[in-house]
Amino acid sequence: MLDRMHILICGGAECKESNSVELRDLFKSEIERLNLGDDIQTALTGCFGLCALGPHVLIYPEETLYSGVKLEDVREIVEQHIAKGKPVDRLLFKGEFDRKKFRNRSELTFFAKQTRIALRNCGVINPLDVNEYIARHGYEALGKVLTTMTPEETVQVMLDSGLRGRGGGGFPTGRKWQFCANSVSDKKYVICNADEGDPGAFMDRAVLEGDPHSVLEAMTINGYAIGADTGYIYIRAEYPLAVQRLELAIGEARELGMLGKNIFDSGFDFNIELRLGAGAFVCGEETALIASIEGERGMPRNKPPYPAVKGLFGKPTNVNNVETYANIPVVYLKGADWFKSIGTEKSSGTKVFALGGKIANTGLLEVPMGTTLREVIYEIGGGIPNKREFKAAQTGGPSGGCITAESLDTPIDFDNLIALGSMMGSGGMIVMDEDNCMVDVARFYLEFTVEESCGKCTPCREGTKRMLDILNRICEGEGTMEDLDVLESLGKMIKDSSLCGLGQTAPNPVLSTLKHFRKEYEAHVIDKVCPAGVCSNLTKYVVLDNCIGCTKCARNCPVGAIEGKVKEKHFIDLDLCIRCGACKTACPVNAISTKPESWGAM
Amino acid sequence: MGAKINFTEEKINELKAEMVKNMQEPGPLMPTLHAAQRIFGCIPLPIQKIISNELDVSIARINGVVTFYGHFSIEPKGDTIISVCLGTACYIKGAQGLLDAFSHDLNISVGETSKDGKYTLEATRCIGACGLAPVFTVNEDVYANGSVQLVKKVMQKLKQEK
Ligand SMILES: Cc1cc2nc3c(=O)[nH]c(=O)nc-3n(C[C@H](O)[C@H](O)[C@H](O)COP(=O)(O)O)c2cc1C
Ligand code: FES
Repeated sequence: MLDRMHILICGGAECKESNSVELRDLFKSEIERLNLGDDIQTALTGCFGLCALGPHVLIYPEETLYSGVKLEDVREIVEQHIAKGKPVDRLLFKGEFDRKKFRNRSELTFFAKQTRIALRNCGVINPLDVNEYIARHGYEALGKVLTTMTPEETVQVMLDSGLRGRGGGGFPTGRKWQFCANSVSDKKYVICNADEGDPGAFMDRAVLEGDPHSVLEAMTINGYAIGADTGYIYIRAEYPLAVQRLELAIGEARELGMLGKNIFDSGFDFNIELRLGAGAFVCGEETALIASIEGERGMPRNKPPYPAVKGLFGKPTNVNNVETYANIPVVYLKGADWFKSIGTEKSSGTKVFALGGKIANTGLLEVPMGTTLREVIYEIGGGIPNKREFKAAQTGGPSGGCITAESLDTPIDFDNLIALGSMMGSGGMIVMDEDNCMVDVARFYLEFTVEESCGKCTPCREGTKRMLDILNRICEGEGTMEDLDVLESLGKMIKDSSLCGLGQTAPNPVLSTLKHFRKEYEAHVIDKVCPAGVCSNLTKYVVLDNCIGCTKCARNCPVGAIEGKVKEKHFIDLDLCIRCGACKTACPVNAISTKPESWGAM
Repeated sequence: MGAKINFTEEKINELKAEMVKNMQEPGPLMPTLHAAQRIFGCIPLPIQKIISNELDVSIARINGVVTFYGHFSIEPKGDTIISVCLGTACYIKGAQGLLDAFSHDLNISVGETSKDGKYTLEATRCIGACGLAPVFTVNEDVYANGSVQLVKKVMQKLKQEK
């Protein structure tokens, strides 16, 4: 029987945390109560992408998108929309910019500007039902590969597609497969890297929760191409929902014969097992990950030998990232040429970003390589909230750097980001505004790497610690100009001499902020002022001349540190001030500043 | 160290059963440690000894692995685990302030358990709910769009329940 209507409720982790399971149950019981028929399906899907405004409900066939749906709204939606076909105006998703209401999901700039390949099924299918995956051409690519292509041809398609690894390094996937296929061994392994360590990124999580079968299918194709019969998914223990859905999906695939012996009667056997990570960032590095699966401390090993020659349990191993895998089935279905036609010459396809920080639409988005940062932040992301100025976007997490306003129009791809002194990384994109202190941000990332350094090599273990000491000094107002030079030379030394990618990239956030925001460092060192008002020892609130004397600041100050008459300029008593920032938030004309006087009125 | 560890025969047998299962695959140590952490809430020396005997791995190596990973602990944690996300998205939106507020209210530092064994305060790195930043969790419950006011409210509620 064909279903008349589908009610999709976002069951992504963030919406789930706001009750999506209860919502689904309530939809079901309301539909039953009104006896609307059993040809209306309700399902929890993967993440829709617009996380901040959830929970979302999407109703097909009209593609009506409701956001911020509460339990008490369900009855109205069922009675009005489902029963009578009248959309509930009040709950329709509203654009962040123009507050225009959208009836149809594809009208939204947020979705219209995107090209969804890796996320093609996220938020569209019920991840708990393999039949929905199959209905969207799932496992067709695997059938095609196993029944009509040789392993060599399978590798060739990957080479031709130009797909580059989405886990951070951007290494061409086809070349990696070719190396591993050429290694001679009785046993080989495929590993899916689902350790997603970049704090502030959740692309892989969304794929695993919203479309687990695409990863399983791609790993099986990978196994066939290189001659492996066993795959492992190494997944963070912090993602219990993803683990649960993967377990279920593996079970379904086995039952259908998409995993196991003699898949598609081709004589090819393949199995997949899960391995849980245990909270160590360095285990995202492939050799450390391999050590961890073997039951060792997750410390990186020297390369070469590369995993393609000597990897898991000493056997040739191919490691790819979750998002890399999610692209692969489509590449085989639509062809390498089609994939190459999307994106830029050297970076084909799309990239998923987890947009977070000071941005109106936080969430997941997927855009063709070559999209500019301006399009991502202002069109899809909806701009910076609260009338604040854009300051920088950070990509590449603790290994990356920041991109400033000057570079907003650079097309985003692997090579351009490196040229800007940042990197693609796994896809975390954190937007910062004028209230964020770049010295503090650099310190934050370095604190992270110091904590996560495995301790095997000295430059990374000791060097990053010394850099952190210096940054702490600067944030406390005890830094010297000499410190800035030491940061630079130490940073370069650590990059050149560390064993693995963690140390080799750890100084990047510091070097990049030093390059673009040296003035801010100097304000901390020379003026002893934190211009953004974050480092509390160095924050001085002053009232500027454009004060209109509205008394709002004085009324909001919790300690009575602000004085002044109505319609006259106010003053802050810095001895009483506790640097809470309440006055700055309250001021309607932006007349309270933390910037040093030498910067002038800004 | 306040909280008590529960080493009943039954739980030890549960762990042993897990080990038998894990030994059929290569690399049984990590899955076993995950099981131990889940069953006992921590992996102290007596448990490490049992694992060492069954899996035939030296206790020095086991200890090295247990202490390497943030997810495993040697000491038991409190009944209520409060965990503030210090991932980038949360940090940028003021998560440090939430952590300080909890730390002040409970009078313990990050990574510590209160003397009565009731609370453990932790900092985690991104739980993948960045759109709701800043977030913190109390056991399984996730609190979104955190603020110092929300911290106060949650602490009040927790204290009333006890
Ligand atoms: C410190 C460090 C952390 C890493 N973390 C991850 C990660 O969380 N996820 C990931 O897929 N790759 C991560 N990588 C990259 C992997 O080493 C590896 O290059 C990648 O999994 C290969 O897959 P790809 O070619 O599909 O990108 C990390 C690398 C380093 C040096
Ligand atoms: S940074 Fe806190 S949930 Fe991602």
